Amino acid sequence: MSSTQISTSLAVSENGFLFLPTTGETFTVNETGRFILRRLQEGREQQEIISSLIDEFDVEPVDAQRDVLDFIGQLRQYHLTDTQ
Amino acid sequence: MKIAVTGLNNTDNPAPGVPVIRALRDRWPDSLHVVGLLYDALEPGAYLADVADANYMIPYPSAGLEQLFTRISSIHEVEKFDIIIPTLDSELNGFIKLAPRLAALGIKLFLPTEDQLRLRSKDKLVDFCSAHGIIVPRNVLATSVQDLYTIAQEFEYPVAIKGIFYDAAIVNNLDEAIAAFRRMQAKWGLPVVVQEFIAGDEYNVCALGDGARTIGAVAMKKLYVTDKGKGWSGITINDPALLEIAQKTIAALQWRGGIELEFIRERETNSYYLLEINPRFPAWVYLAVGAGQNLPAALVDLITGAAVTPFEKYSVGKMFVRYSWDHITDIAQFESLTVHGALRHG
Repeated sequence: MSSTQISTSLAVSENGFLFLPTTGETFTVNETGRFILRRLQEGREQQEIISSLIDEFDVEPVDAQRDVLDFIGQLRQYHLTDTQ
Repeated sequence: MKIAVTGLNNTDNPAPGVPVIRALRDRWPDSLHVVGLLYDALEPGAYLADVADANYMIPYPSAGLEQLFTRISSIHEVEKFDIIIPTLDSELNGFIKLAPRLAALGIKLFLPTEDQLRLRSKDKLVDFCSAHGIIVPRNVLATSVQDLYTIAQEFEYPVAIKGIFYDAAIVNNLDEAIAAFRRMQAKWGLPVVVQEFIAGDEYNVCALGDGARTIGAVAMKKLYVTDKGKGWSGITINDPALLEIAQKTIAALQWRGGIELEFIRERETNSYYLLEINPRFPAWVYLAVGAGQNLPAALVDLITGAAVTPFEKYSVGKMFVRYSWDHITDIAQFESLTVHGALRHG
């Protein structure tokens, strides 16, 4: 699986409030979103993030994979990522 | 320093006068005497003691330049102001014409020429943008109801119907277009601009030009828009593409003074469409001050010949949230403006 790079200009608060300075758009993410986002910013691979999500939240692998891929899909949709 | 400012009309269609004065008081908290010039006895800014020290009624531009000049001369005999900052689109042409006579009285202004003012007008916007590689919605200049029948051939509904100075309405069919046309014609005259509707978010740039350079420019995304299309909340952003268009526009116009550029960021392509170039600071100019660029104060520096270094940055993520406030006053103040055409505080 590829890694996903978060837009370098994206400002992320500890509360999960996102601000994209180039467009002025704001977003909020929940605890799971914050968990995934933090690891994406650390440069983790998608599979590694899925594994840590399974460990952290005690969810089925298939659910964890779907959640991570859906979330990354939404980040792309809102132009918050640069896929490598 | 004594400065006269117009446009103290802080209603739901606010003029820039009050925030311009606020910006000047930030810079010169103790040494500034401000004179408000009013077109209406109920311009709210006149009633606020910390805005203008003295307020005077002046005639509408439609009354004629001679009357305006005579009134300003008589106010100047009392108040001895050094500078006038006009803040309204519709009065600029008159003040440009009067500038030499006002200069003879010792009153300085910093304005574009009549040609520069005309180049950015709504009916010339497409020509200007096309000549300078700026994306702009297509438009039709309507001078009669008959012209509206061509809309369906040119664009798809909805379209924007705009007055030549102010006002805009989004219409969805010919009936609505005719009603909006008549309203704009009655209020602002002809032509009425029929502009292609671009779906997307609204972005504005507030800037200051010295006739060649961009002295400062701050970009903002509207977060809350009223039913009159006025930004009631906004946040500063940093998109180099937007600021580049602003700098290009100021350079092409050789703009002197405050300016506002209004954009729509088209949803599908993310392209910025330039909707309007307003020839003065916007009512949200204080956001620029809050973000680190006191553009009204820099304008005064340009007028007085003080050294002006162009601003290079501003804070991104600064917000303004506008609110309304019921100020309680006495009828004597209203009487003073209505009967004597003047209201002094303190």
